[in-house]
Amino acid sequence: MGVKQLGIVGQSVKRRDGIGHVTGQTQYVDDVFYPGMLWLKMVRSPISRGIIHRIDTSKAEAFPGVVAVVTAKDVPNNWYTILCLIGVEPNDEPVLAHEEVMYMGEPICAIVAETEAIAAEAAGLVKLDIEELPPVLDMEFAISPDAPAIKKWGNNTFMYDGYNHRKLRFGDFEKAIQQADHVIEGDYSLSPIEHAPIETHCCVVKPEPDGRLTVHSNTQALYFTMDNTAIILQVPSQRLHMIGGTVGGGFGGKVDVITEPITCIAAMKTGRPVKWRWTREEEMRKSSTRAGVKMHYTDGVMNDGRIIARKVRSLEDAGAYHRHSPYGVQKHMANLPGPYTIPNVWVDAYCVYTNRQPSSAMRGFGVTEATFAVECQMERIARTIGIDSWEIRLINAYRNGQMRPVQKVVEDATLIETIQAAAELIGYELPAHLKAMSSDDYAGNGGHHG
Amino acid sequence: MESITVTFKLNGKTTAVAVEPLESLRTVLREHLHLHATKAGCGQGGCGSCTVLVNGEPILSCLMLAALADGQEITTLEGIGTAQHMHPLQAAFFDRFAAQCGYCSPGMIMAAKALLDKNPHPTRAEIAEALAGNLCRCTGYVAILDAVEAVVTQMQEA
Repeated sequence: MGVKQLGIVGQSVKRRDGIGHVTGQTQYVDDVFYPGMLWLKMVRSPISRGIIHRIDTSKAEAFPGVVAVVTAKDVPNNWYTILCLIGVEPNDEPVLAHEEVMYMGEPICAIVAETEAIAAEAAGLVKLDIEELPPVLDMEFAISPDAPAIKKWGNNTFMYDGYNHRKLRFGDFEKAIQQADHVIEGDYSLSPIEHAPIETHCCVVKPEPDGRLTVHSNTQALYFTMDNTAIILQVPSQRLHMIGGTVGGGFGGKVDVITEPITCIAAMKTGRPVKWRWTREEEMRKSSTRAGVKMHYTDGVMNDGRIIARKVRSLEDAGAYHRHSPYGVQKHMANLPGPYTIPNVWVDAYCVYTNRQPSSAMRGFGVTEATFAVECQMERIARTIGIDSWEIRLINAYRNGQMRPVQKVVEDATLIETIQAAAELIGYELPAHLKAMSSDDYAGNGGHHG
Repeated sequence: MESITVTFKLNGKTTAVAVEPLESLRTVLREHLHLHATKAGCGQGGCGSCTVLVNGEPILSCLMLAALADGQEITTLEGIGTAQHMHPLQAAFFDRFAAQCGYCSPGMIMAAKALLDKNPHPTRAEIAEALAGNLCRCTGYVAILDAVEAVVTQMQEA
């Protein structure tokens, strides 16, 4: 085989899967049917926080058409956290709850039956004896001394190197804020956002005669799912034949490992293929969301528009369990100062646990929220001191060679050139001194070298 | 409950199928007849991904009882074109990148077909109105409207 000609860049290339999509021939997970396939429905917590005293599945088990009931006892390794693969600990989430419930909708036990309707009906026959506890739903309350500790390690935040928040320290904020011409503060918050893919979560598992499991999943992270499922099942990953790649909308909402381990266990327990597909209500109310976030900015700004000090306190609501949030807050912390050269920075970013449905990955999570706040704050600064919106950004934009608060030297910066190109595209004539700026010119932002 | 036999014309072919009295047309199409192009997005009539044509009208097949389809004429995405011989709407959705994850595409195309069969020269606003019951989460509606508009232009030129 010779070397193929390169020539794709600049060409419009048709989607490989496009014809399948428009003719309805693409096979999504819910399009997979096996003879003798069973259906799974989940019994979920009706309350936000409580202690489980008893789970009585006897009536459900006796219901005609029910083949098995899966509880925590059936899960070989019930405590997990998906990011254990990159060192996040401790394991804080049960695959199936058995001691306590931490959010409304938390999975407790699975009904496996001959039809989906039977599974749903039998799920309603499971008797739950749960002692209700007052839920912690507000982040400020969660980190106050008055809040009950909902996490086993004794508080309600992720612990970063022994601290209850991720710290970022650069320069001397306290000193610089005293020297600023203006102190400009801003509060920014976002509600949780649901991804709402048109295709809900779905998993089909078929036990094979050789002991392997064929797993059809609409996960966005197939190997990540394989590793976590193997850890939960306590089997070598070679026993899992993962089939994926076709996702009916994800946006980060399908990277948590939620459906696969339970569906695998149901298939192993019954020896039959099992399908678990979520209802729209489950997708909206039980699946992970983007985190709700509250950010407070305190900036020290000079009359010429230079930001010389920035302090941010941010609370990010992880909900009941880690999922991807400890990592999200790490990214969040690094991006809270924005793409600007500010010589004195102080950030405290908290990953807060509450009794809400867990939040997790969604399109740039951690970063998007910070960008929203940073750019609103830049506008606020511009309006407060009476400077142009373009100028405030171009003055403060980071330049090549400058040190960022996360201790990385800026390389290959294109922020200034991008802003200039954006102005040109919308037909806005930048003044000459802003047009003349470049990512290699330090003079433009007062020669900050960080 | 006892099952009942329903007979309808499906994509031009007379089809008889035993259904449960409360089963939806969508379930019967997907799970009894294994025509999987029709998608299940919400089961509540909220997303449009299960849209099929019943006597030429766009219908949410998750909300229609299969029993009520007796004697009717049903058209699903499988009935309007194949990979080898795509319907002009399918070709336009493919050519103009109007399908990203693809899950809403069958319903979108069927709703658009219902419109064009009745009104071959709709305005962009009329196309948007006809597709208002179909949700898309990734492609964005602009590419979808462009694709349908391209077919309208094509038909005008032909």
